[in-house]
Amino acid sequence: MRYIPHTEEEITSMMEAVGVDSLDELFSDIPESCHRKNELALPEALTEWELDDHIRQLAGSMPASSEYKSFIGAGSYSHFIPAVIPYLLGRSEFSTAYTPYQPEISQGTLHAIYEYQTLVSRLLGMEIANASMYDGATALAEALLMAIRITKKDDVAISMAVHPDYRRVIEAYFRPTGYTIHYLPYGKDGRTMYDTIPEKTEPACVAVQSPNFFGCMEEVAGIAGILNEQKTLLIVSFTEPLAYGLYKTPGELGADIACGEGQSLGIPRSYGGPGLGLFSSKEKYMRYMPGRIVGQTTDRRSNRGFVLTLSTREQHIRREKATSNICSNQSLCALTACMYMATAGQTGMRELARLNYDKSEYLKEELGNAGFRIPFSSPSFNEFVVEFPEGFEDLHRHLLKKKIFAGLPLEPYYPELKNHCLMCATETNKKEDMDRLVREVK
Amino acid sequence: MEQQSCKTGSVLQEEMLWEKGRKGKTGFSLPQRDVKSYPLDDSHTRAELDFPDLSEVEVVRHYTRLSQWNFGLDTGMYPLGSCTMKYNPKINEKLAALSGFTEAHPLLPVDHCQGALKLMYDLERYLAEITGMDAVSLQPAAGAHGELTGMLMFHAYHQKKGRRKKIIIPDTAHGTNPASASFCGYTSVSVKSGKKGILLPEAVAEIMDEDTAGIMVTNPNTLGFFEEHIREISDIVHSKGGLVYGDGANMNAIMGIADMAGSGIDILHLNLHKTFSTPHGGGGPGAGPVCVSKELAPFLPVPRIRKDGDGYVLDHDNPDSVGKVHSFFGNFGVLVKAYCYILSMGRELKKVSRISVLNANYIRTKLKDVLHIPYDRPCMHECIFTDKKQKAQKVTTLDIAKRLIDYGFHPPTVYFPLVVSGAIMIEPTETESKAEIDRFIDAVKAIAKEAEEDPSLLTGSPMSTRIGRLDEVTAARKPCLTG
Repeated sequence: MRYIPHTEEEITSMMEAVGVDSLDELFSDIPESCHRKNELALPEALTEWELDDHIRQLAGSMPASSEYKSFIGAGSYSHFIPAVIPYLLGRSEFSTAYTPYQPEISQGTLHAIYEYQTLVSRLLGMEIANASMYDGATALAEALLMAIRITKKDDVAISMAVHPDYRRVIEAYFRPTGYTIHYLPYGKDGRTMYDTIPEKTEPACVAVQSPNFFGCMEEVAGIAGILNEQKTLLIVSFTEPLAYGLYKTPGELGADIACGEGQSLGIPRSYGGPGLGLFSSKEKYMRYMPGRIVGQTTDRRSNRGFVLTLSTREQHIRREKATSNICSNQSLCALTACMYMATAGQTGMRELARLNYDKSEYLKEELGNAGFRIPFSSPSFNEFVVEFPEGFEDLHRHLLKKKIFAGLPLEPYYPELKNHCLMCATETNKKEDMDRLVREVK
Repeated sequence: MEQQSCKTGSVLQEEMLWEKGRKGKTGFSLPQRDVKSYPLDDSHTRAELDFPDLSEVEVVRHYTRLSQWNFGLDTGMYPLGSCTMKYNPKINEKLAALSGFTEAHPLLPVDHCQGALKLMYDLERYLAEITGMDAVSLQPAAGAHGELTGMLMFHAYHQKKGRRKKIIIPDTAHGTNPASASFCGYTSVSVKSGKKGILLPEAVAEIMDEDTAGIMVTNPNTLGFFEEHIREISDIVHSKGGLVYGDGANMNAIMGIADMAGSGIDILHLNLHKTFSTPHGGGGPGAGPVCVSKELAPFLPVPRIRKDGDGYVLDHDNPDSVGKVHSFFGNFGVLVKAYCYILSMGRELKKVSRISVLNANYIRTKLKDVLHIPYDRPCMHECIFTDKKQKAQKVTTLDIAKRLIDYGFHPPTVYFPLVVSGAIMIEPTETESKAEIDRFIDAVKAIAKEAEEDPSLLTGSPMSTRIGRLDEVTAARKPCLTG
């Protein structure tokens, strides 16, 4: 086997050194009751060529985007990834390294993650960011728990316009805790009706998503304005961070914690993972943060260097009193996002965000001109909801056969939104493809 | 910016991104605009985005230089105990990057995702076969996420019969174990391991009661020993209505050899980025699937992948399920690599475990007269030493670890497990050749000699790196987290 470098002679000489007569003898501490009764029933080992053939067949059965025209976002977006990004990620000094616990030989990772924390903070208008969480959903769940730790309260308010799958993850995380979730409904404009926050209750936090699941930018400043800053934290989540290349940031609008999915920053959709949990907050909450954080310091010769820091919050030091149980995060995806932001720069990010906005506005306008209702009038970024006439399901299926993914039907998530569809257009959707979509649905 | 210097040869200095950026550069080729620009009120738009602008070549040089400051597994031996830093096969990277996988949207109708679903379905079956468990969920994104999922399942299981408040955790456990348990409201009760470095059934029997949800056991444990009494311990826990959680971080020692279900384990997580060769990525993304017995299967996260005729479907209808623990289906890209690894190895996985244990015992045998060995008995996949012999020269575990860097090796795991003072925990894995291991052994011997003759060589180490030991105390006292 090519991954095991030992010759038979070497194995024999090592057994002699150890003082065993067989490899089985190495396992004599395992009692009979714990031994396998039979050999591993796995397929015959494949050669590299056979493996390549087999996996290509599986991958080939999936709809590749060159062939299909997709208008689905909903937390996983199609964006162009510059060639330098996969190329640089191929540097195995990054990809095959462990967590940077030995800073002297991990400065590449540490330096890059410090830059990532900085650019994420700047993108979101926040003061600090951590080194990443698993994904958008778990980042939001951890943000809610962080607000509970800070305020020492046991209830949270969450908008119904937060991604439905994120709400399910939050519910799973909360089930054993006994904490209460209040849901805030969305209104006719597709935005959270924040005046529904029960007057006398002051939850640990109010969490909204902006752009929300319907693509609408929330009135974050309005929500910040009614919250008692001392008692209730404001959490702004997102599934599309590129919106903040254009729109006012969570920080500018008064968020205490801003977190969400960072897949759009140079990471392929990859059937939903690996993605990237972005997590940022005000500096005063630094010691309540979950996850790893990189900090700047100096070495013995006064050279600038970076280390993992504030680890007294973390599980390997604090064990059951840690701020979270997270250990491995999505470090390589954070590195990807940083490479992407560095490649785009401020000029590229602004133009890219603007192009996403314009493409989506174009599709919205064309569908509106074709006679379909756009039920939510709030400003949006690259997603919006459209209402189709009765019989939409058949049409959606028909279009699939024509290799068009005409958005995400909303009824399974919001039963009241029958025939409503969540549409997405990014810089990767050409005008001619959008025109074709409109012709097909007319 | 650090001073220019000729000390490090072609390992170049490099500024921060924002020290390099200049307005007017770009590294980005945006798709052509083919629609007009639509108005957006200024009241909605953000303040200036303070990102540096760089050209493509500057971005490439930046990250290439940073990469040279890192030590990766492809650079050399990485004997981190309990981390299983084995070789990451390159074909797996290539195949996981196929556009059919990377471009797949997670919310497409299932009949458009059959390739991905078949891969996940088969991977679940293979992991079940390797562990001896009955059912698997691939959703958790890392080992600790698998533990959390396991604890959510403990809670859901017990909730049907009345809530339990405590959980037993051995003193050798990873910190993630108690942290995951307290996430679910459990109070950790620590149990000491016995003289042989393993748990004793009577110690567990003493504290196991009907208010205790169960026990979390890492097997083989972090001292590198198989928990020989695991079956009796499981029986004790089960007899009081509790469950047994297996932390499978060290599964690399026992594939094809031990049967986790036969050991009485109810829920077990695996780390695909350890045992199943997916690259660690400098701290993720990993994958931490949970494998369970039939009895616990109804509590697994949804959706489950089921076979339906010739195809595969996503089944959300599981009323007892803990729910979802990930936005979508987990770190699919990582799963592809683990699947490729298993198909490349087949039944040779047993040889993986045998050679990993041989390698560890070889190091143990060769170094036990050089470094103090706290448990002088055969080990599984990793062996543990301490700095006891070197303390006389005021040389510590940290100094030995840092000096290894000067010899071209990544240091072992140090100061863990906590039950061993000054622990040096070495896990070579099966992918290190005898020649490389012999070099490592010689390096440790040379360092031990240096400790006697000139301890300053150790306390001043590493000397060969671009930067020396860093001031971690100031980093934590006066945090500087963004530039």
